[in-house]
Amino acid sequence: MSRSPVPVELLTAPPQSPAAWRPGAGEPGTPRPRRPRLSPAAAYLMQKVLAPSPAKRALGAAIERWPLARRMFTAAERASKEQLFGCRMCAQCALPVTGYSCPMGCPKELRNGPCGGVGPGGACEVHPGLRCVWVVGYERAAAQGRQGDLRRLQRPVDHRKFGESSWLNYWAGRDENLWTGDDALTPEGRPPL
Amino acid sequence: MSALSDRLAAGKFTVTAELSPARGASAAAMTARAQLLRGWVDAVNLTDNQGSHVRMSSWAAALTAKSAGLEPIMQMTCRDRNRIALQSDLLGAASAGIENFLFMSGDHPKFGDHPGAKPVFDLDSTQLTWTARTMRDEGRLLSGVELKPPPGPIFLGAVENPFAPPLEFRAERAGKKIAAGAQFMQTQYVFDVDVFAGWMARLGDLGLLERCHILAGVGVIRSARMLEFLASGKVPGVVIPEPVRKRLAAVPAEQTGAEGAKLAAEIIARLRELPGVAGVHLLTAGYEKQTPALLEMAGVAEGRGPAPAAVAERAPDGD
Repeated sequence: MSRSPVPVELLTAPPQSPAAWRPGAGEPGTPRPRRPRLSPAAAYLMQKVLAPSPAKRALGAAIERWPLARRMFTAAERASKEQLFGCRMCAQCALPVTGYSCPMGCPKELRNGPCGGVGPGGACEVHPGLRCVWVVGYERAAAQGRQGDLRRLQRPVDHRKFGESSWLNYWAGRDENLWTGDDALTPEGRPPL
Repeated sequence: MSALSDRLAAGKFTVTAELSPARGASAAAMTARAQLLRGWVDAVNLTDNQGSHVRMSSWAAALTAKSAGLEPIMQMTCRDRNRIALQSDLLGAASAGIENFLFMSGDHPKFGDHPGAKPVFDLDSTQLTWTARTMRDEGRLLSGVELKPPPGPIFLGAVENPFAPPLEFRAERAGKKIAAGAQFMQTQYVFDVDVFAGWMARLGDLGLLERCHILAGVGVIRSARMLEFLASGKVPGVVIPEPVRKRLAAVPAEQTGAEGAKLAAEIIARLRELPGVAGVHLLTAGYEKQTPALLEMAGVAEGRGPAPAAVAERAPDGD
């Protein structure tokens, strides 16, 4: 376990405060938008660092062979992404194509864009004191010239996967079908479900 | 194909109207309201527990509207049912002869009469539209299981609010629903025709107007109280521009309704001139009695009226 990519204290630390905790798998309550703590530039840089590669695929496979390693890796992912993005561990991470603003923080868990109830200033309809995750996501993606990502159609979430590590799923290529290409709006790009 | 889809395909200016299902176990009052619209509108939307308030289910209300001689559009939201129940209700409704569907996410339970209800939102509106298209065109469920037989040529609709942030993304979000399978789209209240025209132009640029019929939402501000309520900013997604508020606030309170109807008629007339607008959707539930006068004032009543021919035409269907 000395190879673990995160400090041990992250693996064992409880959620920072009750207010910072967001409902996760199997927990009651309405999700709340969480403002990402990582700047768009830093988030897209992280995307490059985390991109799948043969080495990461092998690392992921090694971690998955060992239940304790898998648990610790997943706990580390949970702890860091909870702090940075309000992650709820859906294990089907959409962040790379949503401007790194988590759609699972939307009270309606909308994966394909904002509902029609967004307030004139960009406020969430359900939590008027918070900004809509999609308004934030659009701004963040546009700031990096990545707004075209939001055109992708997102397929339905598999609720069995809640609590798994999305990074392991990502490296193993298990979530390649989560969304369509960014040409989905063209007649040629019209995607099958 | 449904009568609504035929009319839109023929390029005829189309009027749809919202009809609220009854809050109770009798359809009598609803049938009476439906009678007032027969011959005047081309289809009616049966809302799905609108505002998260419990009412008769939209498929039952759609059947009531159908027997009253109206073309029903059954609304389905993602708030109360998971993907199993949504697909099952869609099959049931299609088997009962409902041909038009409108999919939306739905209001959050927080705003309704059961704020403690569990919000479902298993699918979102785009995914539900995509699912319905897959069931119809590929003859299979979301799971891949084959349908025997699949729904017939059902006509699929979605909604959009061109006035809610992020405004730059609203045409593309509509485009996602069109890519998912939406063939017609109804919008939130249009009080600001210029912003709406900008959204339409963007749809045109994206090449989406050839793939989807757009019905612009029109509402009538019926009283000073309703004006105050809508302008308060407390109604999710509704924007009343300042000039509109001023205009309606300038008349004596007892004339607000008349001025509101005049405004709605003017908006309909302006929308009709916009390239790509296929028709209007009247978000005027409870206003059935005044709807014919509104359409006449807007200059879109030609060929409409309580025509007994319309009833005779539908009779062989066994309604």
